[in-house]
Amino acid sequence: MIERTLGIPSDEKETKVASQNPLKRIALEPVTRIEGHAKVTLLVDDEGHVRQARMHVVEFRGFERFVQGRPYWEMPVLVQRLCGICPVSHHLAAAKAVDRIVGGENLSSTAEKMRRLMHYGQTFQSHALHFFHLVSPDLLFGFDADPAIRNVIGVAKKYPDLAVQGVMMRKYGQEIIKATAGKKIHGTGAIPGGINKNLSIEERDVFLRDIDQMLDWAQSALKIAKDYTTEHLKQLASFGSFPSNHLSLVRKDGALDLYHGNLCAVDAEGNKIFDQVDYSSYLDYFAEEVRPWSYMKFPFIKSLGPEKGWYRVGPLARLNTCKFIDTPIAEKERKEFMKLGKGKPVNVTMAYHWARMVELVHAAEKIKELLHDPDLQGENLVVKGKRRSEGIGLVEAPRGTLFHHYRVNDDDQVVMANLIVSTTHNNEPMNRAVQKVAEEYLDGKEITEGLLNHLEVAIRAYDPCLSCATHALGQMPLLVELYDLEGNLLDRKARGE
Amino acid sequence: MDKPKVATASLAGCFGCHMSLLDIDDRILKLIQLVDFDKSPVDDIKKFTDRCAVGLIEGGCANEENVKVLQDFRRHCDLLIAIGECAIMGGLPAMRNGIPVQECLAEAYQKGPTVHNPSQQIPNDPELPLILDRVYPAHEVVKIDYQLPGCPPPADTLWEALVALLNGKPLHLPYELIKYD
Ligand code: SF4
Repeated sequence: MIERTLGIPSDEKETKVASQNPLKRIALEPVTRIEGHAKVTLLVDDEGHVRQARMHVVEFRGFERFVQGRPYWEMPVLVQRLCGICPVSHHLAAAKAVDRIVGGENLSSTAEKMRRLMHYGQTFQSHALHFFHLVSPDLLFGFDADPAIRNVIGVAKKYPDLAVQGVMMRKYGQEIIKATAGKKIHGTGAIPGGINKNLSIEERDVFLRDIDQMLDWAQSALKIAKDYTTEHLKQLASFGSFPSNHLSLVRKDGALDLYHGNLCAVDAEGNKIFDQVDYSSYLDYFAEEVRPWSYMKFPFIKSLGPEKGWYRVGPLARLNTCKFIDTPIAEKERKEFMKLGKGKPVNVTMAYHWARMVELVHAAEKIKELLHDPDLQGENLVVKGKRRSEGIGLVEAPRGTLFHHYRVNDDDQVVMANLIVSTTHNNEPMNRAVQKVAEEYLDGKEITEGLLNHLEVAIRAYDPCLSCATHALGQMPLLVELYDLEGNLLDRKARGE
Repeated sequence: MDKPKVATASLAGCFGCHMSLLDIDDRILKLIQLVDFDKSPVDDIKKFTDRCAVGLIEGGCANEENVKVLQDFRRHCDLLIAIGECAIMGGLPAMRNGIPVQECLAEAYQKGPTVHNPSQQIPNDPELPLILDRVYPAHEVVKIDYQLPGCPPPADTLWEALVALLNGKPLHLPYELIKYD
């Protein structure tokens, strides 16, 4: 935590802030126990009232431009390097887009099921990672516990059994990814029109041996999240919460489907904004607003406009949009979860954790179902058809709907790439959550570390993955500084000087 | 005796190297008996609290913030290890190095097919750190003691290296653990 009073500016940047705002600036940076780089700034007046609260995404990549000229078949292995937490999501969304370019979107059943297994393996590991490694410290120790113990290591010391379960569940998911993609992080399994291997009987049997244990542990994790939410509902119901629209892919029959489906959006009351929209026409439905203070854009549904059209994605949104879940335990749990909304969508931000654990159980059930499917040992791995010059691929990544869109020329080079990643969709909601928590907990009070962690708790509910979200590049006054090994400035050049 | 301390940073990387460190799985429970973690994105320690024996660096430097963090790590750590291609040579983010920055900006904030930007503004708030002209590998900014290749380096590589260095042993990694991808 850095606290600066703007009366004594120490560099150019601060002078600039000071001249705009005669308010005290409080910065929380970096935001920790999230994946990626962000900071939160608050502007507070003399009486300690919060005038403005923002979450800034401070990284940039420039991906849309620098993949231009690369061959399209590189996309599934290249773009996943945007994010090492959910590389499989990018790998698969890019592969689905590229399938369309080679005319191979009607995958063989072996290829589709191998990819699904990979995807549910990743959902399992990602949800376990987020819950045990990143969030459980807040739930087990309290939002304003001592930061020295408020971390996964503190959890491992105090609740060793729980920590072991978290570690083993993540491992199981990672091993599934390795068996389907070739490598735990940044694999190569999905190729244009299919997959490059099937699952051997030996590989399958190893996973079958442990799956019931995983399903058990997933259910006990779900119980922790559920009990925590219901016990603390009075405090949590309003914590960073607000009515919002919700978006996800759903299967043709309305079921939850993380790998493939059509777009469905509902409003805060549960009315359909649109349903069963073929995602190839996403350009007619979505736009992204640019704001000067964050590298992350702000997506919205075009027909509603930027003011009203923002929405949430991810586990909470998925349970709010789907009609049912096609695995028995998760479906029972979904019904119980939806009672929270009393017949309407659940808009409680902290309920994301509970929803995420319902999906953890669903992922384990899906993995079990797939492992018993003999199609995984099939030999037909790749299909190809009529080549196209454009491909759009969407999946439900652990954190929400992920869009990949490529155009290619006759030489197989990418000429246009557009990505809307899960975390970007949640940009407006995360900012609203920060604003709400700041007003509710920090207003007019002496601001302590514990109170500041409340802001992070609200952000963490969304499980933001800012590595993915920052593939975009923004304009900054460009600056190059050259330092010697002691850190002395040797040379400094700014763009345009 | 106090346990040695380890700090980790993710600069212009994808967190994959940090994930690979978590892929040591149950050995993480041994690791926390061996060392204490200081500043790291996996805990809530945002500023160094002590001198560290080892600092692990993921990612190169793409903005001034990355440079500051890296220099801070050099000041506080006895040994600095660059893990993964991004830290060692810039990696995927460095693919922008040959392209005028203005083109990347226009693509992301003005030209993209979903962009809604009537005033054609590009993010430029003083809260955002300055972007460097290109992505610099860690060793071009500070002295780096060891480099562990791979994208990411396998969990076993990270484990073997950490254990050897924390025990003051020389780093001899078997051929299978050295991966370039
Ligand atoms: S080296 Fe690979 S895994 Fe590590 S940060 Fe870079 S892209 Fe990610």
